[in-house]
Amino acid sequence: MGKFDNHGLKAVTPLGGFEPRVDAFTGLLIREVSDCALASLAARQGDEDVLQSAAKSFLGGSLPEAAAWNEHGDFAAWWMGPDLWMVSAPHDEHELLAAALKEAVGDAGSVVEQTDGWCRLDMEGSRCFDVLERLCNANVRAGKPGDATRTSMEHLGVFLLCREPGQRYSIIGPRSSAASLHHALVTAVNAVI
Amino acid sequence: MIINHPILGPRDSQEFTYLGDAALIDRPDWQAEDAADQFHDYLYLRDNPAGAHRELWFHEQGDRSWLVVTRNTVTHEILNVELARDAARARGRSK
Amino acid sequence: MTDAVINTGAMAFRADGSNGARKGVQVNRLDGGLINGARKLGFSFDGKRYEGHEGDTLASALLANGVRLMGRSFKYHRPRGPLTSGSEEPNALVELRSGGRQEPNTRATVAELYDGLEANSQNRWPSLQHDFMAINDRFSNFLTAGFYYKTFMWPAAFWEKLYEPIIRKAAGLGSISFEDDPDAYDKGFLHCDLLVIGAGPTGLMAALTAGRAGAQVIIADEDFLLGGRLNAETFGIGDLAGSAWVEQAQAELVSMPNVRVMPRTTIIGAFDHGIYGAVERTADHVLAPEAGKPRQILWRIYSKRAMLAAGATERPIAFENNDRPGVMLAGAVRAYANRWAVTPDQTVAVFTNNDDGHRTAADLIAKGVKVTAVVDTRADAPAVEGAELFAGAQVIDTKGRLGLEWARVRLANGTTRDVPCGALAVSGGWNPNVHLTCHQRGRPAWREDIAAFVPAGDLPQNLSVAGAANGDFSTAAALRTGAEGAIAALSELGIEAKAGDLPKAEDAPVNVTPFWYVKEGKGRAWLDQQNDVTVKDVKLAHQENFRSVEHLKRYTTLGMATDQGKTSNMGGLAVMAELAGKQIPEVGTTMFRPPYTPVSFGVMAGRSVGEEFRPTRKTPSHKWAEEQGAEFVEVGQWLRAQWFPKSGETHWRQSVDREVLQTRNSVGICDVTTLGKIDVQGKDAAAFLNKLYANAFAKLAVGKVRYGLMLREDGIAYDDGTAARFAEDHFVVTTTTANAVLVYRNMEFARQCLFPDMDVQLISTTEAWAQFAVAGPNSRKLLQKVVDSEFDISNEAFPFMGCGEVTVAGGCRARLFRISFSGELAYEIAVPTRYGDAMIRKLMEAGEEFGAVPYGTEALGVMRIEKGHAAGNELNGTTSALNLGMGRMVSKKKDCIGNTLSEREGMNREDALKLVGFKPVDSSATVYAGAHLMNADGEVSAATDQGYITSAAYSPVLESSIGIGFLKNGDARKGEVIRAVNPLEGHETQVEVVSAHFVDPEGERLRG
Repeated sequence: MGKFDNHGLKAVTPLGGFEPRVDAFTGLLIREVSDCALASLAARQGDEDVLQSAAKSFLGGSLPEAAAWNEHGDFAAWWMGPDLWMVSAPHDEHELLAAALKEAVGDAGSVVEQTDGWCRLDMEGSRCFDVLERLCNANVRAGKPGDATRTSMEHLGVFLLCREPGQRYSIIGPRSSAASLHHALVTAVNAVI
Repeated sequence: MIINHPILGPRDSQEFTYLGDAALIDRPDWQAEDAADQFHDYLYLRDNPAGAHRELWFHEQGDRSWLVVTRNTVTHEILNVELARDAARARGRSK
Repeated sequence: MTDAVINTGAMAFRADGSNGARKGVQVNRLDGGLINGARKLGFSFDGKRYEGHEGDTLASALLANGVRLMGRSFKYHRPRGPLTSGSEEPNALVELRSGGRQEPNTRATVAELYDGLEANSQNRWPSLQHDFMAINDRFSNFLTAGFYYKTFMWPAAFWEKLYEPIIRKAAGLGSISFEDDPDAYDKGFLHCDLLVIGAGPTGLMAALTAGRAGAQVIIADEDFLLGGRLNAETFGIGDLAGSAWVEQAQAELVSMPNVRVMPRTTIIGAFDHGIYGAVERTADHVLAPEAGKPRQILWRIYSKRAMLAAGATERPIAFENNDRPGVMLAGAVRAYANRWAVTPDQTVAVFTNNDDGHRTAADLIAKGVKVTAVVDTRADAPAVEGAELFAGAQVIDTKGRLGLEWARVRLANGTTRDVPCGALAVSGGWNPNVHLTCHQRGRPAWREDIAAFVPAGDLPQNLSVAGAANGDFSTAAALRTGAEGAIAALSELGIEAKAGDLPKAEDAPVNVTPFWYVKEGKGRAWLDQQNDVTVKDVKLAHQENFRSVEHLKRYTTLGMATDQGKTSNMGGLAVMAELAGKQIPEVGTTMFRPPYTPVSFGVMAGRSVGEEFRPTRKTPSHKWAEEQGAEFVEVGQWLRAQWFPKSGETHWRQSVDREVLQTRNSVGICDVTTLGKIDVQGKDAAAFLNKLYANAFAKLAVGKVRYGLMLREDGIAYDDGTAARFAEDHFVVTTTTANAVLVYRNMEFARQCLFPDMDVQLISTTEAWAQFAVAGPNSRKLLQKVVDSEFDISNEAFPFMGCGEVTVAGGCRARLFRISFSGELAYEIAVPTRYGDAMIRKLMEAGEEFGAVPYGTEALGVMRIEKGHAAGNELNGTTSALNLGMGRMVSKKKDCIGNTLSEREGMNREDALKLVGFKPVDSSATVYAGAHLMNADGEVSAATDQGYITSAAYSPVLESSIGIGFLKNGDARKGEVIRAVNPLEGHETQVEVVSAHFVDPEGERLRG
């Protein structure tokens, strides 16, 4: 899984495979996405503006507003809380994302590697609304592209990123519970489709 | 209940963890002459009003903000919601 | 709604006259109705096969087959048939389905018929026709209100052994199978501008008005057919028959993408701020749910506005023997005839106090059913065509063994007349369904003109009421108030809706003279048929001074159980009012609470059952541990390896002892990923940790780790862990596995609420790193094989409590900490979680030459007890730093949470409990955790209690059972022999007080 695997340790995905898992249903797909590096970025007190502009030049665009996500080239970012974002980039090219980001923002920000803290499951297909309303209280039918909602699915705290309303979403939850999150999603899909 | 989060708008109270009286923000000065008494009152004495009550809620399944929610304990009407950090600063808390 | 599948079947079988039903077999089947006679459905009741049709309920199909007797009453086991045709049914309760799917107390009146339906009567033995428990009926004079309270009081000793088992056996109605329910239940969340509760004329008109305006609308109805009373009445709307108008309205609603039509969906409760609970029965009307599909869904509906259009419920009149199968509500008899093409019998009489009852007579006569009499309590009753009218008359008694045969009528002139009838249609007027308006403590108000309670102030926020639920009973009023209500609700949201032209409909006034019960007769007149409460019982309660309505309810049980008194409360209140010489509104009503109708436990649980009760968290080495045959234990949500049995080991102790000894003698490896890890950064990170930990952190050097103890503000210790300093402004702190969430929450509280200007940023990194403890004298040698050679981890370069970033296995980024829980030379090494599986294999492979063992939580526990390290049992919410032997750690030079109050006198007593160790005097004896400590001599009592043992284990190193715990003034009592007692289980062990550090008390090993 990428050039940093040249050492003697072989990576596994959050769902435990050597390759990401794909589950296909009639008109709907659940895809495990494991090729992203993640780093959290928090503004230091008083340096919020400095951080914003440093992040902007690093990412190639502004950090997203509250409850939103955006992407600029390789980089995507979503809002996690006041003055706190998660930045994502392809793992192959950016395994050391956290270090690079820290270098870019310096003392204006606190950066923490989060790559393996999460599992990401992408859902694609026409029945996404029906599936998601069995899983979380987010008002998905009123959602728009770029929404990033922290919500809870079967007792698991997750980020729900809307890529295309009703059609494409990313669900990002805690890695240790990847199997439970996957089970919840598959169960909900089977209940609907 | 629905709590109107100052940043995120209306959110279900199920997403929050409740702590209690917002007076918990007013932690006494440890070097005060009567610090022990002040801490005793701070920790153990609570008002239990039938009516408007300022209380602390943590958006645990959300953005991890602590909020000060003013709620009517009789009707559950929510009269005001603010970020606890702002409320704490307004009450003179700093470092 | 794009994908919603609406299939009420209504459109499929709107019938025109002949409905195709087989009348020869279904003796009471009529023409017409909204059933599909072409589709036969076979079903069984008490093992006997019957036939019904699509569109039937179990009750309508049984009535069609001439079955009136459907159940036995709760207390007296009196034969009972259906009183109603809806969810308010008190009598016709059956066990539906069998095996794991068996559901007791299901109302036959709302159980939608399907092919293969299996139902059994309940609360009878050996059969519905011959029930031995009916003997209770003979002793009814003894079983009156308050019977339990009066009878089973003495002697007290009889209660547990005799009375309770008998009562428990006799109590309840249906039974459960005790098998697992094989079906799934879902939960879900919906949002809307307007929730319309009820799909009768009011609700349909409201939904149409709002839907046409483009609002997001949900319309829900408990019935499988939309239309409410329009399906049960003969009057039309505009030029259409009522049911045809419903069909048209439904088609329009279904075509709108902004409208969600939800039949078979009960709104069960109105909660705060526009939240409603709804149960959708998605598969109760089929033999079994499709694979993966739920039987029911519990929806949480977030509404901006809601409208209650739940209609009204008819109320009976109480008279002697008014509970025989065949005595039914007049509106129900009409519904069976018009909607289901069924009459409960070929001869029917009517007993009413209002005009509405006359409709039943008219509709039955039109269907060719013989109406033998219309008995109207009003002297000025309107004329009846086609049946004999007894104005100013009352039904005073009935006869018939297992079903009604005739009714005795007291005529206005004082004589009596016996009227033959197999069914008696009774109407005492209609009560608006106000229930949901009361779920937020709202109280209804009395309206004299309709003699009923209507919703008053204090409605749930943003709920309005329209139509019959608001006391507007005519169809025209329903349509008008439905439309107006929707317009008003939407205008508050800034959505403009138009009224349009309302279709013409009947607009008959309510004409009712209150009449609650017949006073004549010595026998029992039933108010609450579900709980067998009679007029006499209410009188008795009044006589014994249970006069508040809430007391009346508890004392007599009136209004309790599955129907919650929907047909009985009003009658009970009226009798009470009369006895108290008050008006009905002065007596008041009892509180209505959710759920509106019974809800299954299954749907409340949803998917959170069995293994899916909560999410499971797996450690990075989980798969490998499974391959090793590890036993797992749940720690919070985590599954952790408890021990790793080897072949030949027959007892867990053998495995654990081996793991401990091999770790202490050579090296052991344990997955410690589960410990909470919180990354703390910022200019004030050190100052922040100084506030949170009792001990000082400001001066911790970069590249070093320190143990920290966290106190609550009251001075009690609540968590401990380590903090590693990676930079001046960067720490990683660990928490115990169980408290990770709590510690994080408290840290955020301190950051945001107590010290808002501190520059600190927090985030959890628990999951991001796979962390392994490598412990034992050979741990360094093992790690030197794994950590890349450019990193010097010798004792000099990487001493005890050091930390740093390294690479392993030829370039994999890792973090190394030299910390020890076991007391041995030990490290914790962390790699990105994706490499955790490979890392445990790598470590075990590298450890092969040393005989490295994996160890689980049991060995971990044994070793920390041997070392005297406190854990959850010691940090048990009652112990201070002083108790834990860490009193000196609490810095007096700084402010920290818990510091001030830990100085209280009571927490610093001379004889305070201190953490010490205990060794049995007889090394073969066992020390038990939980045992209390007593002096060597003297009595064993709470007053002489010296402390207690918190943790105990067998130490394979000491070859003895050992324990640690809290003893008064313990550190001054080493060498003393005392008793560890557990009087409850009869243990008493002589133990010697020793240091809690059984192994390596000087700490030489971990520094080596």
